[in-house]
Order: sequence, then C-alpha cells, then structure tokens
Amino acid sequence: MRVVVRNAYVIDPASNFEGFADISIKDSYIETVGEVGGVSIDGEIDATGLVASPGFVDIHAHLRDPGLTHKETIKTGLEAAVKGGFTSVCCMPNTKPVIDNVQTVEYIKHKAEAYNICDLYPIGSISKNEEGKELSDMLKLAQAGCVAFSDDGVPVMNAELLRKALIYGEDLNVPLTLHEEDKNISADGVVNECELAFRLGLKGIPNVSESCIIARDIEIAKSTKAHLHICHVSTKESIEVLRKAKTDNANVTFEVMPHHFSLTDNEIDNYNTFAKVNPPLRSESDVEAIKTAIASGIVDAIATDHAPHEEDAKRCTMQKAAFGISGFETAFAAANTYLVKQGIISLYEAIRLMSYAPAQTFNLDAGSLEEGKFANLILIDKDKEWVVDRFKFVSKGKNTPYHNKKLTGLIVKTLYKGKEVF
Amino acid sequence: MPKNLLGIRYLAKSDIESIIDTAFEYKSNPKSYVNSLTNKNIITIFFENSTRTRTSFEMAAKKMGANVINIDYEKSSLKKGETDFDTIKNLSAMHPDAFVVRHYHSGYPYFLSKFTDIPIINAGDGTSEHPSQAILDLMTMSEKKGSLDGLNVCIIGDIINSRVARSHLEVSKKFNWNLSFFGPSTMLPKADWIKGIKIEKSLKSAISKKDFIILLRIQLERNSGQNLPSLSEYSRFFGINENNLPKDAYIMHPGPVNRDVELSSYAMDNFENVLITNQVENGVFARMAVYDFCLNQ
Repeated sequence: MRVVVRNAYVIDPASNFEGFADISIKDSYIETVGEVGGVSIDGEIDATGLVASPGFVDIHAHLRDPGLTHKETIKTGLEAAVKGGFTSVCCMPNTKPVIDNVQTVEYIKHKAEAYNICDLYPIGSISKNEEGKELSDMLKLAQAGCVAFSDDGVPVMNAELLRKALIYGEDLNVPLTLHEEDKNISADGVVNECELAFRLGLKGIPNVSESCIIARDIEIAKSTKAHLHICHVSTKESIEVLRKAKTDNANVTFEVMPHHFSLTDNEIDNYNTFAKVNPPLRSESDVEAIKTAIASGIVDAIATDHAPHEEDAKRCTMQKAAFGISGFETAFAAANTYLVKQGIISLYEAIRLMSYAPAQTFNLDAGSLEEGKFANLILIDKDKEWVVDRFKFVSKGKNTPYHNKKLTGLIVKTLYKGKEVF
Repeated sequence: MPKNLLGIRYLAKSDIESIIDTAFEYKSNPKSYVNSLTNKNIITIFFENSTRTRTSFEMAAKKMGANVINIDYEKSSLKKGETDFDTIKNLSAMHPDAFVVRHYHSGYPYFLSKFTDIPIINAGDGTSEHPSQAILDLMTMSEKKGSLDGLNVCIIGDIINSRVARSHLEVSKKFNWNLSFFGPSTMLPKADWIKGIKIEKSLKSAISKKDFIILLRIQLERNSGQNLPSLSEYSRFFGINENNLPKDAYIMHPGPVNRDVELSSYAMDNFENVLITNQVENGVFARMAVYDFCLNQ
C-alpha cells in the first residue's frame, strides 16, 4: 500500500528540510520525501497550495479521563487533538484517580491504542495523589510508559520533596515538568494582578508568584543531574530567570502556551470566565516578553495546556469558575496568527516549536518526516482565515477565549500512521 | 432591557443625580412614595451576612407598598447544589418584579443579569461594588455641602478589599472629585492602577483639607491578618480619635464600625461631624429611589 502526497510545500524541521516535495507513504511509514516516480501507487492526496509538516506534538494537555469524563474523554480529547493537527499528546496526571499508579497508566494507554488515531503518552505524578507529600512510584510508572513527571495543576511547594524527586529520577532520563506557582503568594487569586482586576474586584495573581519559584527550582535542579522542564511560562520575570539559566547551561527547558503569547489580561473584562486560566493571561509587556523569547530561540516548545471543562464550570462567577482553556483546536491558528503573521518567527520555526522541538524536549520518537518514521503528518492551509466558533469544537470543552475571534491558518488533514484521522 | 443597578460604573452621572433627587423628594414628602410599588414583588437573596443593608432594602420596599420575599440561602436549593444559573432561571419564571442580591463573589449580580429580564439590584458584590451605599453616601454629602462636584474626599482603610471604595472610585470620575486613599500599604492598590487618585503619605495629610473622610471597616474576617499585624496597631496609626479629629471635615463610615479601631468610641458618640446615623437614615430613602429607578419605568 503506497499513498503519495503531491505538490505540498513540505516543512520538516527534524531533517532541516523546507521546499516543494512529494511525500510517499508506504503502509504506515514515511518512505521518501522528495520526487516520487517510477513506483506503483495506490492512492494520491493532492496538497497543492498546502503546507505538509509532521503532526504536532503536545507535551502538556489534560484529557480528564479517567474520572472527569464529563469534561473530556480520551476519545473526544484525541479527536480534538487530531483536528488541531496533533498526532502525539502527553496527558497530565490530574485525573481521578491521579496517574500515580500503573493501572491508570495502562488504562490510558490501552484506551488510546484502541482508538488508534493519535499517540498518547501519560505523564505520571511526582507525588502520590498530587498531594506534595510522598513521592509516587516513579520507577514503576516510567517502566509502565510515563514519559515525564508532574504535579501539574498544583506546584510542588515542598522544596525538599522536589529535590528528592529530581535525584530519584535522575537515571530515568525523563523530565520533571513543573507547574510553577508559589501558592502562598497566589493564594485565592483568580486573574492577573492588574488595574482591571482591581476595578472588577478580582483578586490578582502577581507575576512574582511564578518567577520566584522558577528561580528556586532552577537552583534545586542545578544541584542534581536531572532535567527540569518548566510548564506554561507566563511572565517577563520568569523569562529572564530562564534566559539566565540557559546562559549558565543549566539542564532546564521550558514551554509557552498560545494564549500567553496572543491574549492579554484585558480579556477578563465583563467577568469573562473563558479567560480564566492558570497561569493567568498577563499584561501586554508579559506577552511581548514571551514573543521576544520565542524570537530569540530560547523557548523549547509551544504546548497547549488543553484544559476542557463542562459548561457549568464556566457559567458562573469568575471566582467560582474553573481555570483552563480548551486549546487543541486553536493552538496552531493562534501561533500562526500571532507569531508567524506578525513576523515574530517563520512558519518553519512555528512548526518546529510545535513538533520536533517538543518531541526532543521529552525524548519522544515523534515530530519527524524522516524515512522509516510513522507517517504522522498534517496538511495546513496557512492563509485560511476563520472565525472561532466554540460550539463547533470536537472537544467536550467548549471553553475558549478565542470564541468569535478571527484566526488565520487551518489544519486541513491529519494522517496518523498513514491513515486519515481528520 | 431591564433597568438594573449593578454598579456605579454602569450608571450615567444623570442617572445618579436623578436617583438622589428622588430620594430627597421621598425624604421630604412621604406622600410621594406611598403605594408607589403596590402589588410589586421583590425577592431579596443575601449570600453574606448583613443587618443594615438587608433591613434597609426591606424597609424601603415595604414603605412603598411592595411585597418582599427573603430567600434564606442556608435553606435554599443552592445549598443542595443547584447552580446559580438554574436558580435565577427558576426564580425568574415566577415573574417577580426585582431581585436584590448580595454575594461574596465580585460580579455575581452582573452574572445573573445576563440570564434574566428582571431588574437586578446589587446590594454588594464581593470586593467589586456597593452602589446603593455610594448613593446614600452622596445623598448624605449633598445634605451637608449642596453640590457633589469637585469634593475633596479621602477614604481610609482596607481599600483593596472594599467594594465601597470601588463604588466611590467610580463616583469620583463622574463628579470630578479630588479623591485620595490612605491605609496600610498592604491594603492599598498600586499607584498605577488608580491614575488620578492620590495615595496619602500620612494620616495628617489624609485628613487635612477634606470635605469628607470615609472610614472603612477593617475586616478581620477577610484574612487580613497578613495585611495587618493587629487592630491596636491600626488604630494607633490609621484610626481617627478625639485628638486627631479634623474640625473642618465630616466623618462617614458604611458600618458596622469597629469601635476604637477605625474611629474612637468617644469621637463616634460625641462629635457632631460624624454622619454615620445620617447615612443609615438616608439609606432607606436612597434604596426607595433605587427601586423607583429600576421598577417604575
């Protein structure tokens, strides 16, 4: 079985390739990228006018399954992922039960394998039940297939527990991916600390609640041999701390989210609960700092923090509303609109930050169109303008602050192991 | 579109002036309001404790001949886990003429207003606004000074957690006040959030050359322990007493007063420029005028 994608403009950062080419897919694998002729063909996909790239890799998503399936299931989550162009997803452990045991890892893996539309890699919790008290069985979890460890949703406030986790996991060659927030400072804050928050009577989450604990954790990581990965960086001060750590060659990587480089804290006006996310949407200067960091090449990945919620979790006051944005289905368009179209980075670089770069960061065999790799690839209409309609989301979570916003760039087709899944 | 009272920020200056005019008319001529809300049904829902505001709203409604139905939150279906959305939909289906709502979450009345055509009257929401308090304060100020424009006003206390301060902040923009704030630094907004509003450097400057000084209750129940070491420290450095009491300014307080914290007991009972009971008295007329504004269109 051989299918050829014709006339695409191919961008494959893994092989440092950009240009017009055909892609030959034999069975489930990439056969060649280049000129395809003189071989028998079973099917063709005309990609004239489209960009072909490796399927995106999301190293930070919440699929809510098991236990919170009124928000999302592995099925709806993966369907939303492939609609957004993702063919590899790492899911955070704040499910019910928490991914702190082998059975839950196997449940997730088996479910994803049964659907067979997207790779799904569980992330194990650092501490049992994400309580920040005792370490999870990290060795067992890694052996079962966890590709990273995190207590995402909550920070590891106990510095010694984090230090022990880093040391204990040193030889596993997997990153600890940390949600950074000093809970004593952020406390019951709901939005960015800013003028608008003051006027609306909403308690703020100051920038320093993030940057101070990133600085702490970099120091802890430097005392070990472990790989520290920082989740959803949102402030200019955090960027500065990380820039310095990278200059010092610390074993530290970090990701940024589309909403943090495209939307500001102005979105919270009129108590718009869809704009409630943690870390919060920040000020214009923070957004600019993140864009500058992306342009300067120090950012290791763009991830989604896909956090679907049921309607009632957002149809309430700001204080009561859940944190989170349903992110799969707007991630690429947001990156394309706010980074590529604004001249911050090239399309090549945006694709790299959403595919090969995150795969490298988490040591995943993904995000590449090299010969012999699984044929996980997407076709993109990079100039297509569309208006986000949250009710058309495939995800169960229709919670997005991009609703009614015009974005540019749409995923036209997603192939997973050579099979059309979107 | 129903006429809501969600906050001062949503009102035009002329709306505020007209509500105050009505309140004065009611105060001077009881015949002008009797039976003006006959056969109207007003539902009050208070999610936070309140003596003054709740009684004042209820008294105001009864004086105008309306029926008042108080929903006891503790015994309501909200306690059974019904969503706020469902509650407002269901109560609206009974076609009352207005809701009076107090809630500990900022923006709660605004949230309800999106799902009902029945007027929502905000009786205080979180740390966002307390518009009827601002209106009764304006009425009290007007009685003493006549014009409300260009007043010199200082608010002292826990500004950051005060809905009263925020409503007056909105008033100050509409009436071109020289508004300033004073209090412990941990209780003040950042200067660049409140352009045009002065942060006073000392109690002395805070209380000098002011027409009105509004004292705010220090709310120990709102976890202010990290903002303030003790009430005695507050009263020593931020409290008004007979020794520092300015002779040329009126003292106001939305209540309830912590005696000998924001204001000394002696000053409160003996100083004629303390307007606290005037405020409470005017509160009933102000709320009657609010009902008129929202219901009698």
